[in-house]
Amino acid sequence: MAYEIVIGLETHVELSTKSKLFCSCGGHSEANEPNDCVCPACCGMPGMLPVVNKQAIELAVKAGLMLNCKINQYTTFDKKSYYYPDLPAAYQTTQWFNPICVEGLVDVETSIGISKIGIKQIHVEEDAGKLVHTNDSSLVDYNRTSVPLIEIVTKPDFRSAEEVISYLKTLKSKLQFAGISECEEGAMRCDINISVRPEGSDILGVRTEIKNMSSLTSIEEAINKEAIRHIDALERRTEVLVQETRRWDDVKKRTFPMRNKETAADYRYFPDPNVMPVVIDDKWLQEIKDSMPKTIDEQVERYMALGLSQREAAAIVSEPILIELLDDMVSKDIDVKAAAGWILTDYLGILKKNNIQAKDIALDGEKLAWIIKTAQSGEITRNTGKTVLSAVILENADPKTYCEQNNLMVKTDLDLIKKVVVKAIEANPKAVEDYKAGKEKALLAIFGFAMRELRGAGSPDLIRQILLESLAE
Amino acid sequence: MKYISVMDKKGNIAVDDNILVKDVLSTAGSHILDGFTPLFSAEAVTRLENKGYKISGKANVGEFGLDLLGETSYYGALAEDGKIKNAAAQVVASGEVEAALCVDLGGSPRRAAAVENVTFLKPTYSTVSRYGVIACMCSAEQIGVMAKDAKKVAEVMSVIAGHDDKDGTSDPKEAYDYSLTEDIKGKKACIIKELLDAADDAVKVKVLAYKKKLEALGITVEEVSFGLIPAAQSAWQILLSAETCNNLSKFDGVKYGYRTSNFKNIDDIYVNTRTEGLGLLAKSVILYGSDVLSKGRYEVCYDKAMRVRRVVTESFKKIFENYDLVLSPATSTDSYAQYDLNDAFDKVFSESKYTVLASLSGTPALVTSGIQLLADAFNENILLSAANAVEEV
Ligand SMILES: [Zn+2]
Repeated sequence: MAYEIVIGLETHVELSTKSKLFCSCGGHSEANEPNDCVCPACCGMPGMLPVVNKQAIELAVKAGLMLNCKINQYTTFDKKSYYYPDLPAAYQTTQWFNPICVEGLVDVETSIGISKIGIKQIHVEEDAGKLVHTNDSSLVDYNRTSVPLIEIVTKPDFRSAEEVISYLKTLKSKLQFAGISECEEGAMRCDINISVRPEGSDILGVRTEIKNMSSLTSIEEAINKEAIRHIDALERRTEVLVQETRRWDDVKKRTFPMRNKETAADYRYFPDPNVMPVVIDDKWLQEIKDSMPKTIDEQVERYMALGLSQREAAAIVSEPILIELLDDMVSKDIDVKAAAGWILTDYLGILKKNNIQAKDIALDGEKLAWIIKTAQSGEITRNTGKTVLSAVILENADPKTYCEQNNLMVKTDLDLIKKVVVKAIEANPKAVEDYKAGKEKALLAIFGFAMRELRGAGSPDLIRQILLESLAE
Repeated sequence: MKYISVMDKKGNIAVDDNILVKDVLSTAGSHILDGFTPLFSAEAVTRLENKGYKISGKANVGEFGLDLLGETSYYGALAEDGKIKNAAAQVVASGEVEAALCVDLGGSPRRAAAVENVTFLKPTYSTVSRYGVIACMCSAEQIGVMAKDAKKVAEVMSVIAGHDDKDGTSDPKEAYDYSLTEDIKGKKACIIKELLDAADDAVKVKVLAYKKKLEALGITVEEVSFGLIPAAQSAWQILLSAETCNNLSKFDGVKYGYRTSNFKNIDDIYVNTRTEGLGLLAKSVILYGSDVLSKGRYEVCYDKAMRVRRVVTESFKKIFENYDLVLSPATSTDSYAQYDLNDAFDKVFSESKYTVLASLSGTPALVTSGIQLLADAFNENILLSAANAVEEV
């Protein structure tokens, strides 16, 4: 008989917040010593009260938006009680009754096409600490206690290990893209609910749960091994399946049941009276939506609407640094088309010529904006602008100081230009003769001489005008 | 004993031992917090110290403030002539201190003030930060002020009340009206018949005497019926026990306080520490609370109690559509005899009838002249002005 595997996942992910979920401790990932990053609140001292971290709420909402969830604009926190030394308050604050996001949907691509995986809910909760066992004692480290997590619970929509792995990869890239979680290696922890049933049946089989899996390879192996165990039990009566919680033995490559004691807990959930219900009003929700990073297609569309060509928009969008730079220029009232020209031609040109990666230098937006604005107003020439930009990129020069020191500001001093023009005419008798004989092109040589005299910083219009007047005399 | 720790013999404010003072032993009357010295002071204590008040010491309380007056303290309860006494009320009544900070959890300081004939205000929930209170029932308990008269209560209240970022349930206002000068002439008061009937004769006499005094000041006093008190008491017993059970779980011998010397593994540490470290009343409350939160019981007990709480609160607040004040007994008797502490659980919850309405609904309650005045939320000024007017006659 052919069998169908039915899998649902619960995935725990750490949120990239600055501080813990209910206190202001932060930086646990940089903590050097155990209990470096703790306060009376996150080590369960009496008298402390939780204050909800707004950023954790925002990141959880973003996760919901990334996974097409409905956001519960009224969401509450509950206490889950159990005794374990890594849980200092003897309860974990989580969301049991009103989770922050529900009813989502995510597309997962596999070798046989796209599958739609339903998201049952996303809830916010605090992490527990860590036990360190020595020969004769156990020590507790509360650095991780109360670090904010989200748990993403899917519907039993997976039909293969391949779908699960693809989902986890998709999840990781979405969470990283939106800055929700760094999804560090091993930091995504999954509980896998698995059952099998004859193909075509719509009755779910006996379900087992494999707890606390993090490596993708192990997840794939565990699913396949557990499915075979279930099918063997049904086909060949090797054992009687019971609903239970199991662990994966990565050495023996098999699952084994957890001690009953570990799973029989009654968590006595109830609403936490110290955490007021969180109300995400329409305005706040819109602010969170607005702060979501745009997808590449959305970015291209946005720049085309502002006036860039498809080619320009695509080139800008190809690098986050360029997006940032262009948005910065636009916010400084610089015309988007002009700014894109400077960024794509001059800035990227200079980088390419000097073999520099954009991410390796920090170009100060103020400096680029000064160069563009000054060139647009005619106070420096376009060419000078490029020279200055090069100096800014390569020597971290201050553009204004650089122009002044190198005498690059456009000269509009009539007397000076007249003097230079006279000098240019005297120095180029042949060109003057040719011009007067009707060779208009000869003018360029005289003009070029004058411009060189002014180190490229003469007003081209003024030089031309005075040169023509002088030659006409 | 009156003080768990004496801090300053010339101090003018006593602080109940379930309110934290930095670096000073804070036991909440329980053996399980043996040797516990907190790293920070309660917000209310800090505010008083910043204004120059001096803390005299940590007044003895019954274990976690759960009992009638303080009789269950591990460190020895006060008793005279077969009567049980409350430490904070004793030092206020004797004039040793000007005032005391007490946590009104199950009404203990209100009862204490009534039998010692001092004044105590349990303010509106969320107006005084609970930061630094050794918590039992976070959704109801409040720090209040005990003093000789309404004037002193108002003075201390205006120092400790006001928003605190460290308490997520704290009301946003920075200050409240504790004035004593509200014109009370023409105000309307009522007596809840069921509460008056339940009290003994000595208490009835006090309530009716106070009624006369209010009438003499131009306040009309009528009688009303409020049938929800038994329901309120049941809900109270469930909610208080459940929250307390959860809040006392952290006292497990792992991190601080008492740890059993009799253990081979972590389960022994939990079981033996708590068996040896907690008193009978706390254990009863924990067991009861554990039951009402358990699988299959939550819906019929805890969830139902929350719904009853809402109904009681709404009905009680309706009274204030017609009346400014409720005049009520604060206790069933004007003194409490020593009793068999095996009966503490039943005793405490049967005595809750007088204190439960203000506790469940988060409204203010003022004990004065051995009786209790109730008002709608944030109307402390009416309570204080009425009490002050009676005092000044
Ligand atoms: Zn902390």
